[in-house]
Amino acid sequence: MSKSGNAVAEDRIILTLYVAGANPSSERAIANIEQIRSRYLGERCHVRVVDVLAQPDVAVAARVMGTPTLVREQPLPERRIIGDLGDFAAVLKAIGASRAGDEN
Amino acid sequence: MSNNQNGVFITFEETPADVRKNLISLGWPIQEWEEQRKWAFVDVSPQPGDETIIAGDYDLGALLARIENAIRKVNAQRVTMDTVSAIFSQFSDKRIIRRELHRIASGLKQLGMTALMTAERLEEYGDIARYGVEEFVADNVIILRNVLEEEKRRRTIEILKFRGTSHKKGEFPFTISPSEGIVIIPLSAIELKQKSSDLRISSGNPDMDEMCGGGFFRDSIILVSGATGTGKTLMTTEFTAGGVNAGERCLLFSYEESRDQLFRNATGWGIDYETMEREGKLRVICTYPEVASLEDHLIDIKAQIEAFQPNRVAIDSLSALERISTFKSYREFVLGITSFIKDRETAGLFTSTTPALLGGTSITEAHISTITDSIIILRYVEIFGEMRRGLTVLKMRGSGHDKGIREFVIDGHGMHIGKQFRNIAGILSGNIIHVAGLDDDRIGGLFKDE
Repeated sequence: MSKSGNAVAEDRIILTLYVAGANPSSERAIANIEQIRSRYLGERCHVRVVDVLAQPDVAVAARVMGTPTLVREQPLPERRIIGDLGDFAAVLKAIGASRAGDEN
Repeated sequence: MSNNQNGVFITFEETPADVRKNLISLGWPIQEWEEQRKWAFVDVSPQPGDETIIAGDYDLGALLARIENAIRKVNAQRVTMDTVSAIFSQFSDKRIIRRELHRIASGLKQLGMTALMTAERLEEYGDIARYGVEEFVADNVIILRNVLEEEKRRRTIEILKFRGTSHKKGEFPFTISPSEGIVIIPLSAIELKQKSSDLRISSGNPDMDEMCGGGFFRDSIILVSGATGTGKTLMTTEFTAGGVNAGERCLLFSYEESRDQLFRNATGWGIDYETMEREGKLRVICTYPEVASLEDHLIDIKAQIEAFQPNRVAIDSLSALERISTFKSYREFVLGITSFIKDRETAGLFTSTTPALLGGTSITEAHISTITDSIIILRYVEIFGEMRRGLTVLKMRGSGHDKGIREFVIDGHGMHIGKQFRNIAGILSGNIIHVAGLDDDRIGGLFKDE
């Protein structure tokens, strides 16, 4: 959290979480990503949640198939994590942000 | 898919661009349909750059949402998923995929969709589908095979499961034609329900008509069997010319000789094929058996018959097609073509070449002898170091016929049937299998008597 202060623009992490309606796994995934964000990533991380039932066209554009899917939009390259995000270590590793300054 | 029922195509493997391209080659203007909102793609083909990490439990809710969305957009009644097996390359957990496929299947059912799923198989005669999961979510299962048999490829289709109705069992051959798509050849669907008429038609040869008790029947299948050079092509030529002279339309398929050869032969026997064809009474189609598979030949023959609407069809020779196929598909072909012609109440004359010069039977005979109405056997007869030609009407369904083996000669006016070979008639009465074995005895007997 303290690292958020010296984060430059390139350090920003933009995530999109696609869920399908309000079901237990959607809720779990939303809760998990919120925890990961607040506990490890802080302000430099921005999370957007998309309900594919409400916005199927967005799902088409993003080529999402499984839900929940977390897409790392920034930094590039794009990465996808499918599942309810219960495994924090794996999620952080996938986002590439387990440690500060770790580019990938 | 365009039968006034709009469709959604879910592609798991190929990109929509590829699918569009492939379907245009079959004459389906996908792009137009897309613009008219009759067709929609759901593109879930893998992207080269896709990197996916699995972290915890998931479902295919987004896929289902996209499918439902596409269905709503084009107001679809039909859904195709091609191929479901490819999901497993993106998601590894079989248990989850199985559950999700069920969910998608029941979702589609609720929407009243007719859905077609394709799945891969590893072996032609192994598990139904690659992951042992796909078939359980479906109401009906159809298996397509492309089997290598004696170095020939053969496509077959089998309905394995069809809930709520009875269906034909087993494999049926099929072929893919550029104009019609999948064409199935349903063999056991053939029924013996042809009408039978007692109307006689001329064989084109007065002597032969006499031997047959007044000519062939209007809707009969005649098999002419003999060794090479015994006069089979002559019989087909006379058969077609006889038809044309009686004002009928004749269609001749030749798989052994070229057009030029055929026309020259006909001229040699005093028959003017050229004029007949020019007048539209005759059509001669010459192809080599090797140019297509047997299934494609069958489709082609059927299409030609449909187009020309002949009263008579001759195939010279059926056995030439044998060499491009396997035993099984040849049998199916012979059955298919025979029943097709019979069904149309057309007269058909097929020739079959026997491998041995003296006597012998061919596979063709074994296959169709029971469904042909007449069998004419042409044989060489060796007498005093000379090869003469003999002929007999072995079978003539529904009519009395000359049962003798008669000598015949061929000259510039065609075939002339002469007297019976003496001392032979008694030996030959019986079935075809004995003909081969008895030939030697027959000639032996001749020597003693004279």
